[in-house]
Order: sequence, then structure tokens, then C-alpha cells
Amino acid sequence: MPITELAGFSVSHLQILDLEGNADPELEPQLDDEQVLKMYRTMVLAREMDQRMLKLQRQGRIGTFGPGTGQEASMVGPAFAMGEKDWFVGAFRELGARLVRGEPSVNALVFHNGFEEGNVMPGGPGRILPISIIVGAQTLHAAGIAYAMKYRGETDAAAVTYFGDGGSSQGDVYEAMNFAGVWKAPVVFICQNNQWAISIPRSKQTAAGTIAQKAIAAGIKGIQVDGNDILATYVATKQALERAKAGDGPTLIETMTYRLMMHTTADDPTKYRSDEEVEEAWKNDPIPRFRKYLVKLGIWDDIKQATLEEEIKAEIDAGVREFEAMTDFPIDTPFEHVFGTKHAEIEAQHAEFLEELQKENGNG
Amino acid sequence: MAKLNMVQAINLGLDQEMAKDDSIVILGEDVGKDGGVFRVTEGLFEKYGEQRVLDTPLAESGIIGTAIGMGMAGLKPVGEMQFSGFSYLMIPQLEGHASRMRSRTMGQRNVPLVIRMPYGGGVRALEHHSESREATYGHFPGVKVVIPSSPRNARALMVASLRDPDPVVFMEPKRSYRAFREEVPEEEEVMEIGRSQVIQEGTDLTVVAWGAMMRTTQKAVEALQEARGCKIELIDLLTISPMDSETITQSVRKTGRCVVVQEAPKTLGVASEIIARINDKVLLYLEAPVKRITGYDVVTPYFGRELNYIPTEGRIQRGLEETLDF
Repeated sequence: MPITELAGFSVSHLQILDLEGNADPELEPQLDDEQVLKMYRTMVLAREMDQRMLKLQRQGRIGTFGPGTGQEASMVGPAFAMGEKDWFVGAFRELGARLVRGEPSVNALVFHNGFEEGNVMPGGPGRILPISIIVGAQTLHAAGIAYAMKYRGETDAAAVTYFGDGGSSQGDVYEAMNFAGVWKAPVVFICQNNQWAISIPRSKQTAAGTIAQKAIAAGIKGIQVDGNDILATYVATKQALERAKAGDGPTLIETMTYRLMMHTTADDPTKYRSDEEVEEAWKNDPIPRFRKYLVKLGIWDDIKQATLEEEIKAEIDAGVREFEAMTDFPIDTPFEHVFGTKHAEIEAQHAEFLEELQKENGNG
Repeated sequence: MAKLNMVQAINLGLDQEMAKDDSIVILGEDVGKDGGVFRVTEGLFEKYGEQRVLDTPLAESGIIGTAIGMGMAGLKPVGEMQFSGFSYLMIPQLEGHASRMRSRTMGQRNVPLVIRMPYGGGVRALEHHSESREATYGHFPGVKVVIPSSPRNARALMVASLRDPDPVVFMEPKRSYRAFREEVPEEEEVMEIGRSQVIQEGTDLTVVAWGAMMRTTQKAVEALQEARGCKIELIDLLTISPMDSETITQSVRKTGRCVVVQEAPKTLGVASEIIARINDKVLLYLEAPVKRITGYDVVTPYFGRELNYIPTEGRIQRGLEETLDF
């Protein structure tokens, strides 16, 4: 019997903006000035937040955090493509996306200063999940949320979940794509491929040529995009969300980007990657590229840039002041949130805790 | 009232609650058309359809991880682990997310989720099908662990679990699935999670057990009472976590003697925790050391040897006598 070919596949790469900020007219999305300016502003805000948080961390005013510098187009573009009813299910390096989805920047400071209050959303939980530290685990939550949306007939809602190139090796991520594929659940998987999982380069993460092709095995759509091109991340996500909501199933989007800084403030990347590599990557910084596009559109100039930088500095200053005024978090709240029901043992331990606390403080 | 076995009783609990509440969905391996390998979900697929009774891909973390998402998005998922021995694959989801979401969000979010899993030995099954790991799950703050022992309390605890706002690990002693029948009322019956039950009152000795050990212990207690005319107070633990200290310590205050029977290995088990609580509250009432009759700290043997490693009626009876005679 002759051998027959049963399947073949191809993986597409989407880029809309070149390094000089020229957009491919056939692929360029129809966004109004206000939208593109808001995108740009969020990218700059995310970058400046990183810089300020680094300073705060070095001064001991917040704890460990993972900067997203270099990944602004990858973080922010998909979030702008999301609709009001879509769920955001993130990992831990998507500050820019969280800002788009309405999370106040002060939350990042409170969270990274070691208080759960940094996960509390003003006005109720909404459709945004808190930072998820266990790599890849959150993608399954997105698949479940998407199933619930579908079950409830909410055809205008989907879930967008983020993970990284490291996360793509986790079983949970494959399981999430596989479950979502079987269920045709409205999920968009965003893999921010920033080339490094702490010290592990992308080449050691998988022998697969692209991460996008991991979609093929799960029977879902996969695409790679230039993750430093915000128009590409926006357009790919927008199209994926439309398909998801039309009942055509999930999509995996691999955004090719680069982690320009350390994994977290506890990491020293000079131990495992060369300065030359990082210098080269800075040439592909997504922010100047998008700025060039705005200049070409005739809606941006140096004066506007200077004004924006001042505005953002003032906004961050205000956030830091708000954060530093929040000094009085009650210390015993963990006892109140173990269960939604009351139990004698927890209450007894709570009372003991308060008693010990008083003694510890010399008031007993 | 009908006489049901535990499988039928759990099925009744699921069925009645699903009829009332369309947010309840069941997901797991073979839970649909097949009705589960033990038939606990039999008939529910036909009655409620594939949108509510989902045959999932074979991936335990996937089942519980997606169930967590469903729970946060307004559904009440019931995830089935086909055997507790396969459930460890979902621990990162349970410990890492389900148990913490309430605390992580300062009460803004919760994960209503029931994780059903048949557990325990004595059914001549293959490797990984016979362990009792309730202490493992009992060690995760934010997780409730419930173990029924009879058809009637299995149904009432299942209803309670389905109405609970937190993740509940519902461990089903599979040796008791079809071992006996019991009257189970057709009308609604709910038990409170976090409460143990005094099955029979007595003055000479307190005996605590749970799951499949309840029935073996009950037989040992009956035989001993018959032989010696003593009065034994028997407590069914029912909830492993959060544990009901009060029922146990009140009983021990009265009897001054206590034996705890557990199928799980001896070290770091639930029995140890019960003894610690007795020490905390009623040590000075004790007239004898509190005895543990447990499994051994060995890897659960294949079924050819298994029955020698699970506490037997005879071993329990000897232990009770020793404590009575101390």
C-alpha cells in the first residue's frame, strides 16, 4: 500500500508596521486617532511604570516584580482588541494590558508590596482575574470561563488569556488549548514569546519551529505575529475574538517579542545572555516604532511627546502618593477569607492570633 | 422512601440539585453516556444533556482547571476524578488556585466547586486505585474535605457540597458504594459541612471513624458491646476539614477513653490531628492513651496483599478492648 499524506500544516506570520513605522495599507486596521493615541499612551505609561517600580524596588519600597519593558505592543495590543464583556485572564507580565482593562496602576504597587489588596478591583470583581504566578495554570481558567460564556449564551463574550514561551511547555497550556478546542470555547490564547524564561532561551524550551504551531495539535487556529508591532497584535486578536464569538473556536497567537530587562528584580540576566543580544533587541523597541507611525499619520510631534511624558509622570506620582498613604491594612484579614462559611476552628485561631499579636506588641 | 446504595444516593443528590439549579454542570472522564465507571452519574447525561454533563478529554488538571474557570464565571461545576489515585495531577489547580481565590481577592471572588473522587481500598483494583489520601487534601487551607460513610449521609452531604460557596473535595469510599443499602428520603435532606455525627451514644469509650472504616468499626463496636455489655459512643467524622473538634472533645470528656480508626497510613494522618485536639481540650479527662488503629506507612500493596493492610473488624475490636482495659 502506498503511504498517503494525512495532514500538513503551515504557520503564518503577521506584521503590519515595519521598523520605520510604515503600515501595510492592506493590513492596517481602521482605527481613529483617539484609539491609536490611547494605545500609544498606554504603552508609554506601562514603560514608565516599569521604570518607577524598578526605582521603588531598589529603594525597598516595593518587593520583587517582573518588568514588561519591550513587550508593550505584545501586552497592550490584544487588550485593546477586547470587548467590554471579554474576560482578561493574565499571568504576571501584562501590566500594560491590565491598565487597558481598567485595573488602577496603584494595584500593581500594592500587589508588589505584598498585600492582597492589590488584587481587589474597584467596584467589584468585574471580568479580570488577578495575577497568576503558577506558570500556565491560568489558561485552563480561561477555557472554563469561555465554556461558561458559551453555556450561558453570551455570544458577545470571550476569554483572553496570556502566558509566555516558558508557559508553552506546561501541560496545563496544552490541556487548555485541547479542552477549548473540543468545546469550541471562545478563548484567545496569547503566548508572549519574549525569548527567555528566566535563563532558559526559547531554543531550549521546545524543538518546535514556532510556538504558534502548537495550536495545530490541539485542532485550533494558530498564528505568529510580530509582537513588537502593536497593529499586528491588535488585528490578530481582534480577528481571533470575532471567530471565537462566532462559534469558530479558539486561536493561539504567538507574539514575537523580547524581554529587554530582567525576569524579575531578583534576577541578573548578565549571567546568561550577552549584552550584544540585548542591544540588538533594543533596536526593535515597539514604542519608537509606533511613535514613528503616529508621526507619519501627522498626529504626533515632539511637543506632544513632552506633554505626554509630563502627564504620565504626574499620573504615576499621584499613584505612588496614593500607594504610600495606604499603610493601614488590617493584619488579620486572611482569617476572614479562608471560607465563605464560619467554622469554629478558624474563629478560634483568629482569636488566638489577635491575642498573640497584642502580646507581641507589648499590650498583653 | 427508597432503599438505595451509596452510588444511587449520590446520584439522587446530584439529580435533584441539577433539576433545581441549571448552573450545576458535571465534567469528567466517562461521566456522560457511560455514567461514570462506577455509574454515579448514570442517567444524568440523558436527562440534562451534553452541555451539563461533559465527557472531557483525559486530563485531570484540565478538568479541575476549567472547572475553576466555570466556577468563577457563575457556574457550579462538579469535577469527577475517576479514581483518587489520579487526582494528584490536579493539585496545582486546587492548591494553587481554587483554595486561594477567595483569600487572593479579599473575598471578591470565590470558587464554588465540588471535586468528587472515589477513594480507598478493598475492591481488588489495580495499582493507584486503593489509597486514602484525605490528609493530603485536608492540609490545604481553603479546601473543604468531606467523606460520607453511608447512602443517606452521602446524599445529604452531596447536596450540602453543591450549595457550598467553596471548593469541596468529596471523597467517596468506593468499598461502600454497593456494600449496603439504606433508606434515603425522597424529600430534600441536607447535612452541614464541618459537623461530625454521633451515631450512637455511650459512656465507656469514644470511637471515631470515617468513610469505609465506619462500617467495619460499627461491626467491631456491636460485637464488643454484645460480649462485654459496655456502652460505646461512636462518632462519624464526615468532614475532614474544617474539622469538628467540639463533637469529639465533648464525647471524650464524658467517656475518658478514645480510639480513632483510619484506613490511611499512620503517620501525619487525620487520626493524629484528632488526638492533638483531644490533648488540647480534654487531656485531663483521659483515663487511657488515645489509640490509633490505622493503615501502615507502606506503599499500598497490590490487591493480593491489600486486605491485610486495612484495619479489620478483629484488629479494631482488639484495639477497643485494650483501651477499655487500660
